[in-house]
Amino acid sequence: MHSYLPFEKPVIELREKINELKSFTEEKDIDLSGEITNLEDRLKQLEDDIYGNLTPWQRVQIARHGERPTTYDYINQLFTDFLELHGDRLYGDDEAIVGGIAKYKGQPVTVIGHQRGKDTKENIRRNFGMPHPEGYRKALRLMKQAEKFSRPVICFIDTKGAYPGKAAEERGQSEAIARNLLEMAGLRVPIISIVIGEGGSGGALALGVGNQIHMLENSTYSVISPEGAAALLWKDASYAKQAAQTMRITAPDLKELGIIDEMIKEVKGGAHKNLEKQASYMDDVLERSLHTLWQRTAEELITERYEKYKQIGEVTGESVVTGEREN
Amino acid sequence: MLKDFFNKKRKYAKIPSERQQPVKMNDGVMTKCPECKSIVYTKELKKHDMVCISCGHHLPMTAYERINSLIEEGTFVEFNAEITSRDPLSFPEYEQKLEKDRQKTKLNEAVVTGEGYIEGCPVVIGVMDQRFRMGSMGSAVGEKITRAIEHALLKQRPFIMFSASGGARMQEGVLSLMQMAKTSAALKRLDEAGLLFVSVMTHPTTGGVSASFASLGDYNLAEPAALIGFAGRRIIEQTIRQELPEDFQTAEFLLKHGQLDKVVPRQEMKETLASILDIHGYKEK
Repeated sequence: MHSYLPFEKPVIELREKINELKSFTEEKDIDLSGEITNLEDRLKQLEDDIYGNLTPWQRVQIARHGERPTTYDYINQLFTDFLELHGDRLYGDDEAIVGGIAKYKGQPVTVIGHQRGKDTKENIRRNFGMPHPEGYRKALRLMKQAEKFSRPVICFIDTKGAYPGKAAEERGQSEAIARNLLEMAGLRVPIISIVIGEGGSGGALALGVGNQIHMLENSTYSVISPEGAAALLWKDASYAKQAAQTMRITAPDLKELGIIDEMIKEVKGGAHKNLEKQASYMDDVLERSLHTLWQRTAEELITERYEKYKQIGEVTGESVVTGEREN
Repeated sequence: MLKDFFNKKRKYAKIPSERQQPVKMNDGVMTKCPECKSIVYTKELKKHDMVCISCGHHLPMTAYERINSLIEEGTFVEFNAEITSRDPLSFPEYEQKLEKDRQKTKLNEAVVTGEGYIEGCPVVIGVMDQRFRMGSMGSAVGEKITRAIEHALLKQRPFIMFSASGGARMQEGVLSLMQMAKTSAALKRLDEAGLLFVSVMTHPTTGGVSASFASLGDYNLAEPAALIGFAGRRIIEQTIRQELPEDFQTAEFLLKHGQLDKVVPRQEMKETLASILDIHGYKEK
């Protein structure tokens, strides 16, 4: 049984009504099939209406849905022979980030991702998917390993952000994130990053400097949470809904802003409604991405990655004396 | 006692008052030090690179004040002074805020970049100015820093970056976030080319700036008492429901936790930089 979001209520109510009618027909032996077909058509239309016109805030709610598939779910669906590897060799093992080696359609790959918990107990262990520096350093260790053994890196992004805590600061949260950005930029193997839930700020970007970046249709990627933005800019967190709109954090927004490569279609109503189907949508995009990137040399991969980020940003005004671009 | 069984825990976090900005008095003739509250002539303060004469507190410097204090006279050439951010998200009031800060600071953006000489060593330098949108990094700041790094690469010169920033600029949303990747990627090229990068963190260096180029120096230096960190103190206190130590996220705290090479007082900054540059063989004259 799924839990439903407030805006889904009309769909749920209508579906229940149809089910009632169906059992009624069976019990009383009355033919209501015409009626039922009518209602089913209406249901389809209603679903298209609601799920086809999701507002940014509704997408945020789907991205945060408790049953939304996590990194492990996609790993199980898309890869074989997954061997999880632990620890950063410096301090500890941060369970908010998981990673390891696996095969994708027979090819060796390294897979890394933020990992939320499925229940409260697991969430506490995984710190709600909010990493400490050791998580990022583990991720970097696995990326360097992938580079050594020439296998592509696939990153799943799903975090509210890097953990804002005392210990995290003491162990260099800033440096850990910054180091990942720098090292990912120079990695000699393909990197594909896929945002599957919330992509929160620097904590998300630290797994996100890819040759290609994809986003699930109902995922978000932003510099700050809608609540944070509302509190900061309007001094009131209840403006989150408006902030979600203004900040342009949804997959369609990022596609339009030219930041992501592909928006991965989601199952009607969100990825949690059908994991197998959702994984197959992702599979198509991943296969295409890997196929393209495998044909690049290490130098091409690095140059393309550089150019990709170099062109992001909107500025005006050119000076006579400029730092000449070398390429 | 019975009441000992009931552990009274504070359900709220203490929020320290914001660090005070120096108060300019009598149209800026006098300035009050936010630390020791002594009132000094602004002119005198400027002569001492904005270091309080009575207590040694480091007051904020503007980007040009900083450049003048470090770069040999007549050698500084600025890059891309006209570059400024646009308003890609059509964010409410953003353009007005940019315009206001342009008027106030006579700058077009929160960073000044260029090249010049420090004690006979050629350098490319970037200096952030926290008066402009709290030194936040949007597209323009990211682009100017990236171009400066590219210039250093082209000219085979060392790069020195003085950070002073509240982090990524909210009003440009995810475009600001991506500047972290852009500037870091440029630094990777500099790194691969074997060129020197010295990062100097000044008050404050936080958020997306501390989590990108500012932490990536071959040498990470900081000014005394500068606030440096990823997350804001208030957010951390609200998250962990604990009081944080007084010196939390100060330069000295970072030094103690192994996150910095050295805390350098402003009066010694030029000679420290010159000495690093000299050791790396950049001295021309």
